Amino acid sequence: MNRFFGFVGKESLHIIRDLRTMMILFGIPVVQILLFGYVLTNEIKDADIAILDHSRDVVTSEITAKLLSSGYFRLAADISSTDEVEPLLRSGRVRQVIIFEPMFAARMVREGSAAVQIVADGSDANAANMVVSYATAVIGDYVSGMQEMRPGVAPVRAETRMLFNEELKSAFTFVPGTMALILMILSAMMTSVSIAREKEKGTMEVLLVSPLRPVQIVLGKVLPYVVLAFLNAVIIIVLGVLVFDMPVMGSTALLMGVTLLYISLSLSMGIMISTMARTQQTAIFISMFMLLLPVMLLSGFIFPISSMPLILQWMSKLIPATYFIVIIQNLMLKGAGIGFVWVEMVVLAGMMLLFIVVSVLKFKPRLE
Amino acid sequence: MDSREVVIEARDMVKRFGSFTANDRLNFHVYRGEIFGLLGANGAGKTTALKILCGLSKPTSGEIRVAGYSVRHNPNQIKRNIGYMSQKFSLYEDLTILENIRFFAGIYGMRRREIRKRSATMLKKLGLEHAAGRLIADLPTGWRQKLAFSIAIFHDPQIVFLDEPTGGVDPITRRQFWEMIYEAASRGITVFVTTHYMDEAEYCDRVTIMTDGQIMAIGSPAELKSAYKAESIDEVFRMLARNIE
Amino acid sequence: MRTILFILQKEFLQVFRNRTMLPMILLMPVVQLLVLVNAATFELKSIDMAVLDSDRSLMSHELVSRFEGSPYFKLTHLLSQGAAEAALYDNSADVVLVIPGGFERTMVREGGAPVQLLINAIDGMAAGLIDLYAGNIIAEYGSDMALGGSGDSPAGFGGLSQPDETIGQGKPDRPGGLKPALSPIEVTHRFLFNPTLKYTIYMLPGILVILVTIVGMFLTAINIVREKEQGTIEQINATPILKYQFITGKLIPFLIIALFEFALGLLAAYLLFDMPVLGSLWLVFLITFAFLLVALGLGLLLSAISSNQQQVSFTIFFFLLLFILMSGIFTPTESMPEWAQRINIINPFKYYMRALRMILLKGAGIVDVTRDLLFLGIYGSIALGVAVWRYRKVRA
Repeated sequence: MNRFFGFVGKESLHIIRDLRTMMILFGIPVVQILLFGYVLTNEIKDADIAILDHSRDVVTSEITAKLLSSGYFRLAADISSTDEVEPLLRSGRVRQVIIFEPMFAARMVREGSAAVQIVADGSDANAANMVVSYATAVIGDYVSGMQEMRPGVAPVRAETRMLFNEELKSAFTFVPGTMALILMILSAMMTSVSIAREKEKGTMEVLLVSPLRPVQIVLGKVLPYVVLAFLNAVIIIVLGVLVFDMPVMGSTALLMGVTLLYISLSLSMGIMISTMARTQQTAIFISMFMLLLPVMLLSGFIFPISSMPLILQWMSKLIPATYFIVIIQNLMLKGAGIGFVWVEMVVLAGMMLLFIVVSVLKFKPRLE
Repeated sequence: MDSREVVIEARDMVKRFGSFTANDRLNFHVYRGEIFGLLGANGAGKTTALKILCGLSKPTSGEIRVAGYSVRHNPNQIKRNIGYMSQKFSLYEDLTILENIRFFAGIYGMRRREIRKRSATMLKKLGLEHAAGRLIADLPTGWRQKLAFSIAIFHDPQIVFLDEPTGGVDPITRRQFWEMIYEAASRGITVFVTTHYMDEAEYCDRVTIMTDGQIMAIGSPAELKSAYKAESIDEVFRMLARNIE
Repeated sequence: MRTILFILQKEFLQVFRNRTMLPMILLMPVVQLLVLVNAATFELKSIDMAVLDSDRSLMSHELVSRFEGSPYFKLTHLLSQGAAEAALYDNSADVVLVIPGGFERTMVREGGAPVQLLINAIDGMAAGLIDLYAGNIIAEYGSDMALGGSGDSPAGFGGLSQPDETIGQGKPDRPGGLKPALSPIEVTHRFLFNPTLKYTIYMLPGILVILVTIVGMFLTAINIVREKEQGTIEQINATPILKYQFITGKLIPFLIIALFEFALGLLAAYLLFDMPVLGSLWLVFLITFAFLLVALGLGLLLSAISSNQQQVSFTIFFFLLLFILMSGIFTPTESMPEWAQRINIINPFKYYMRALRMILLKGAGIVDVTRDLLFLGIYGSIALGVAVWRYRKVRA
């Protein structure tokens, strides 16, 4: 056992000595969490729009004012002719143009209805969908405001309560997501590359003929990274709490336990990758390629899983980060107990077991 | 007394890394066509000196000329005229023998037709003509070493620098290796070689013995042995090493 | 020039010899592109709504049926407040609609009544949309009731994926036969450049760029460091090769591989997803070339100043993630705070993404993207220049 700890010590020294790598390893979560927490949002705020007002009367200017004060839109261009609409949208300067027909207020009174046309830049389908919905909602709001002034009508009002994230902060989605992504890739890349390096240099053979058992070798390589990744996770969580006011409603111990489970899973994935890769280059490519985009896109980090086609929803179930994100959100934001997360935890543990079994099976022949 | 042409000249060559002095005012010169050995224990400063001469490392001070050019001002002119074989084995393991030859000859500016012609003769001489398409990774160490040397002199440099070329090879291969060195010298290539095998010193025309960054002795093996009244260079070396303590 | 050719030849040999790497470089990106692009949508297709109807009246049934009629909501019925909370906790519902007891009575007596929406707001954007969608249906129901209408009108906030559809409240043909509610403002909309709002078209170039950049940047960045680790760099440094020749020789093979990869992905997108290529293909490749100079130049630069592969790959991972997530590929950039937008000036992805999408999807010409092209060109030259400068043949 002493021998084993000596080995762990040597591995830790390797890591600590490489000052630049250490700085990067700790810089990554801090910078990225801060930046993404503040910066990333999938909401539309201050979208640039243009208004083509053929009427310029009281009603259109009231609606315009309402649109621009909604926080969703910013007036980027005031145009006066229909010919300008398409070039303006083509240039990418505005996301949509709102067109009021001539004699707007007059028509509303005389014919009971006037027309607004929204022309949006559909090339970004997601954003187009949103800006049109927002604009429609703002105008709809204006209409019901008008109707309410009619006597005797108190329409059905929906009282909305936003649970778990009252201020609708994007950080609440992006912090757990970034954490899942960073921990997974760092852990998998760290272990797979460092094991592949030993193979490349031929020092793996030296270790294998030493009295250390293969399990001890692998554990010795992984253990320092467990500590490192765990510290990273703690930093991320603390930043989330202090900077973004994320609550930790559930049990802190459970949160730490789950994080440790996820890190171990990521590291065992790294070990599995290293059994497939003979060189560092291959290890880096497998960990980057297999993980970065699939985790980013399928885990629900950016795009909601429920919006995906069914096949991709199934695929997202194969991504460990999917479960981790749900657990973190449940524990931190909803204050759920173990009763609500144990299924996900069992899945993660099962995945980890699978990676370990595969690694052991693939590792064996090398020893003979 | 000597009218031979000097191709390497070091005057007061100093190299410091922080407070550590790796080369402490070295003075020596090497004649054209000579096999010049730089002897010393590990860490004596041999590799540092050799890297300065090859233009891989900047000297802290001193006037050093190789092949007629100053290492400080014209390192690239020097590189045109030398061959180099580093201590660390440095052919591409994922390329074949022929591909390695082609690559290194190519970046020395040789023409393709000439490369083809010469590599055929070279492989034949090494007895590797049937192995031209094999990956370096699949070759035994002895072969790799011989191949690395052949590639280092493939472009007919004036001088070839060999850094511990026989480290880790068996005695038979070492002999064969030295035969190749002799053959290169007979073609007029100056050979500058570092080693910590004292018996190899006997193969050199002249040797320099370094300890702790300083030159302790310089001369032909016979001169050194008679000067120190020793049976072998190994004995000379041990006497010098003891003097220091 | 000849010297550079020899390096080219060697690099290609090394890339194509590695049997594990080859499929990863050539096939994986295309497969990932084609599969993952389908995941990139915010469009809420099915919202899980749990209904807690404590009133169980005709009017409350009518409200619920409005949601049932909407293609966006998938309904389950609950019996107790406790079940409602549990549904939100275990994610079986995104939103709970609570209709209080006495709903119908209040409606009749006061002409209106409140209902409650409990939304799981962890994903703030989705929550906002759910609120919007549900609010629209409820408001429409409310004004229909107020105007005396009751029939089963289709959900009025409308499927936005159909062009030129009326979103505004009230449709004239109502089977109930009661007087049609004419909305005072009729809102119609039209989507230019992509009338059916296929989000894949917008995401394809983005994901393609990410994949091509990963391949190109990692290949170049690992390359020089690997020669350092294996010691072959010393052998090269002892040759008369010039610094710019070395860097160029390292750049071109990966530039070619990345361009090839890009072309392959574009072709696949074109064939399988009807990806439009409205602008000039030359311009597409010109701007891609300029961008790759930046990406690979940065890769080479990082490689020249790093000492091992682990270090360089973490550094690249760091920058890549920042660049990608701030580029506007997935999320809109105008919602970012002012200071972040200023930092984003150094993000090459931002310029490239904007220009590439404009050329492909809107048929923008060279005039429209001159600024981006110029910026990328300058950026690339600087990155490569610094890479040449920082690559040390002689150790101090």
